[in-house]
Order: sequence, then C-alpha cells, then structure tokens
Amino acid sequence: MTHNAFISRQQAAPTGSGKLDGISVAVKDNISTAGIETTCGSAMLEGYVPPYDATVIERIKEAGGTVTGKTNMDEFGMGTTTETSAFGPTENPNAPGRVPGGSSGGSAAAVASGDVRIALGSDTGGSIRCPAAYCGVYGLKPTYGRVSRYGLVAYANSLEQIGPMAADIEGLATLFEVICGRDTRDATTVDPPEAVSDSSTVTGELDSPTIGIPTELLEGVDEPVATAFDEAMTHLEAVGATVTEVSLPALEVAVQAYYVIAMCEASSNLARYDGVRYGHAGDETGDWNSVFADRRSVGFGEEVKRRILLGTFALSAGYQERYYKQAQDARRWLIASFDALFDEVDLLASPTMPTEPFPLGETIDDPMRLYKADRNTVPVNLANLPAISVPTESPRGLPVGIQLIAPAFSEDQLIRVASTF
Amino acid sequence: MSDPSVEEDDVRHMASLAHIELDEDELARFADQFAEILSWFEMLDTVPDVDEAVDVENVLRSDTVEASLTQDEALSNASDAEDGYFRGPPVG
Repeated sequence: MTHNAFISRQQAAPTGSGKLDGISVAVKDNISTAGIETTCGSAMLEGYVPPYDATVIERIKEAGGTVTGKTNMDEFGMGTTTETSAFGPTENPNAPGRVPGGSSGGSAAAVASGDVRIALGSDTGGSIRCPAAYCGVYGLKPTYGRVSRYGLVAYANSLEQIGPMAADIEGLATLFEVICGRDTRDATTVDPPEAVSDSSTVTGELDSPTIGIPTELLEGVDEPVATAFDEAMTHLEAVGATVTEVSLPALEVAVQAYYVIAMCEASSNLARYDGVRYGHAGDETGDWNSVFADRRSVGFGEEVKRRILLGTFALSAGYQERYYKQAQDARRWLIASFDALFDEVDLLASPTMPTEPFPLGETIDDPMRLYKADRNTVPVNLANLPAISVPTESPRGLPVGIQLIAPAFSEDQLIRVASTF
Repeated sequence: MSDPSVEEDDVRHMASLAHIELDEDELARFADQFAEILSWFEMLDTVPDVDEAVDVENVLRSDTVEASLTQDEALSNASDAEDGYFRGPPVG
C-alpha cells in the first residue's frame, strides 16, 4: 500500500555508530541531503541536488542512522494538508480518504504506515504537530534555537525549527537527543540554561504538574475533538496532574500575526529563486526582469504565489507600519503573556487541531479556512516555545492530537508527560 | 477600520514587485481572496503596546578563512555557467 509519503527513496548510509544504529530515518524534503535531490515539494527545485548535508543529517549519520528517503510536503512548507505539493497529495494511512495534515504530511504518513519508526519534519506554524495529530503519531516542535537550521531550506526563519516525529515516545526522545545542540553554522542555535532532556525522561510518571488549558484554544473546537481532549485531561488528572482553565487574550490575534510575519519572511526568502544559481530555468528569452518573472510563474504553485504576494504587499511602502509592525507588536504581547502564565502553571494543553483530519480535496480552494485551522499551533512558533502533539482518537476512531506546551528549553517535561499516555 | 478593497490592478502591482507573472484567472481569484485575508489582518489593530525585552547576545567568530563549498560544487546546480561564474539573462 503506497500513500505517496515519499518523493524519493534514495538512501544515505551511516558515517558512524551510536544511538541510531540500525535505525532508518525518513527526512522531510526541505532538509538538505548531500547528493540526494531536495525539492521542497516544488517544481521550482525539481532536480536540485544539494552539495552538502544539513547539520541534522550529519548528526543522524554520525549516530548510526540511515536516511531512507525524502518525504512529501506542502510546497516550501506552505500548507496544512500536504495537498500543495507539486508531487501530488499524500494519503493518511490511519484515516483513508482524508489528508495527512501538513506541511510534514509525508513524514507523518511514513511513520503512521509503519514504513519507518522515526522521521524528521519541520515546524513553522504547526507543520510537525498538525500531521502528527492527523496521522496518529508523536511530533515535537523544539524551542527556537535548540536544533540547527543549517541546511533547512528557509521559508520563515524566525519561526521554524526542525523536529522529530515518531511512532513511540522513546523513538521521539532518541531522535531529539541526536539532532539538538549548538551549531556554529547556525548563529541562532543556543545552549539550554540547564540540563538537557534525554530519553531517561521517558518514565511514565509525573511529579504533580499544574496544567493550564487556555480557553481561547477550545473555542470552536469540533465536538469529537473536544471529547477526546476531555478524556486526555481526565487521564492527566488520574496520573497526578492538576488541570485548570486559564485565559490568554493575546491568542485571539496570534494566527493573524503569524500569517503576516510568515508571509513577509517568505516573500524575502523566496526572492532567491531566479533559476540562475539553482532552481527551475526554461528557455525563456528577454531581459532579466521578464525571464525571472516567467521562471517564478512556472516554478511556484498557487499557495506559494499567494503568500509571496501578500508578504510583498505587507512590506511595501505605506503598509509596513499597518501590517508587519503590528504583527511584531502582537508577537511581543504573546511572548510576554506566555511568560506571565508560566509563573502560574507548569504546562499548557489544548487540542492540536480544532478538527478531525479533513477529507482530501475539501479545503484546498479555501485558503482562509486553512489559515484559521492553524490557530492552536502557531502561538508557540511566535513565542519560540516547545510543544508536542500526543496521539489519541475521536469517539469514531479518527486520529486526534493533544498539544502540550512548555516553557523554553523544557522539552524534557513535554516528553515526560507524553510518556504517561 | 474599513474593509480593504483589492482591485486586480493592485494584485498586478504586487506581482510585478515580486517578479511573478499571473494569468487573468489568478488575478481575479487573488483579488477576492486578498480582500478577505487583509480584512482579517485588521484585527491586529487591537494589539496593545508591549515593552520589548531582548535577552539574547550576538554570537561572533573570529574573522578567519574556513572550509566552504568548492567552486564546482557551488556551480553544480546552475542553469548556465561560464569561466567559473554563474551566467544569468541580460540585464537590459
């Protein structure tokens, strides 16, 4: 059974030995692999072969892991369903006829189908946690700066992190241990202030944390998801947690701020695709401007064009104050609000996605509906925080994710709580 | 706060700034969608002022030559190259 989870099945062999001995890792196709085509799910980069490995790939190979293929994704990470890929949609192995979520839908499907135990995704506004939730696997978006982005093809660099996806929490913790840590080639990487998490935190036990549920993230959640979420909270109370409702008004504008910032960064980052150094180039004629415009029109899909144009607009003369500056103000407001809240509670919890996985083809022509669906996942990207999606099920057996959010550098807490499910 | 109206000419201008050619269908569809999306962004008008707290330090290294891509590697994905340089379309 194929779910179109992979764009290519070329392998890269280990260069060392360690925690990943004998383990295959599927890798999202926006992470550079030396000598192996890396497309970002885009016709623009079809045939592009990076001359170097991303830092995370070097670390996986040094730890004994084998790269077992490059996984399908929404084009340049821009989507919530993996339907914007130039290489066709991926099917959800655990919900036939429905989307796998996105943008790391191929990595989630490769894990959910049993093809691999662990995979790499990247998360700019939920792109690890959404497909983890929709495919019924674990997915971790690390604290900003925990994992090197060297070799990750940029979409919105102030928001994105590479992170692990896995069929089980031990696999997730192991892959995270291997890839995290300071890298001189990514100046935004930082060392955590205290002890780093490792797989020894997979204890299945809790030391009575207080878990806050932001009421803003429950508004408009579909009934089957709300039921699954309530059951998960009952479970956490049963294993020793105190669960309490909290409010975070800054969440009401987080998704708008996210899209303004992500689109602005995208318009700048994707300006590099002109077909000169790499990327799609046909036999266009004319001057520089018209040749580049022709190549970009053919190479980019519709969602990518939409975001580049809106980002260009929001950064253009006369509009920067109104959109970009206000979005940055909202980001600061959200960061300060999370900081204050973490004085009162240890962790936060919400449904990862407000709905069950969409049927294939249902939402692709309605960008606003898809943007709003990211409401629960984008806040941690704006606030640089770590978050995990833990798999559970709706009453009718469809995959649903429980999102847990922790203070910066507290991935170990997330892994410990997830290990009790 | 008024709903921004977006005309096809506005979209054409954005596309020209971004070096992207759009066909007539895309222009019409984007004009409708952009009006809806930009109007939704107006919610950001409600954001209060918050003081900025920056607690990160710049990371620098000494200014010495280190290994990087070879010229062949750097040119390996180029559509056209000449004498070790990238070759692009004519400027004017």
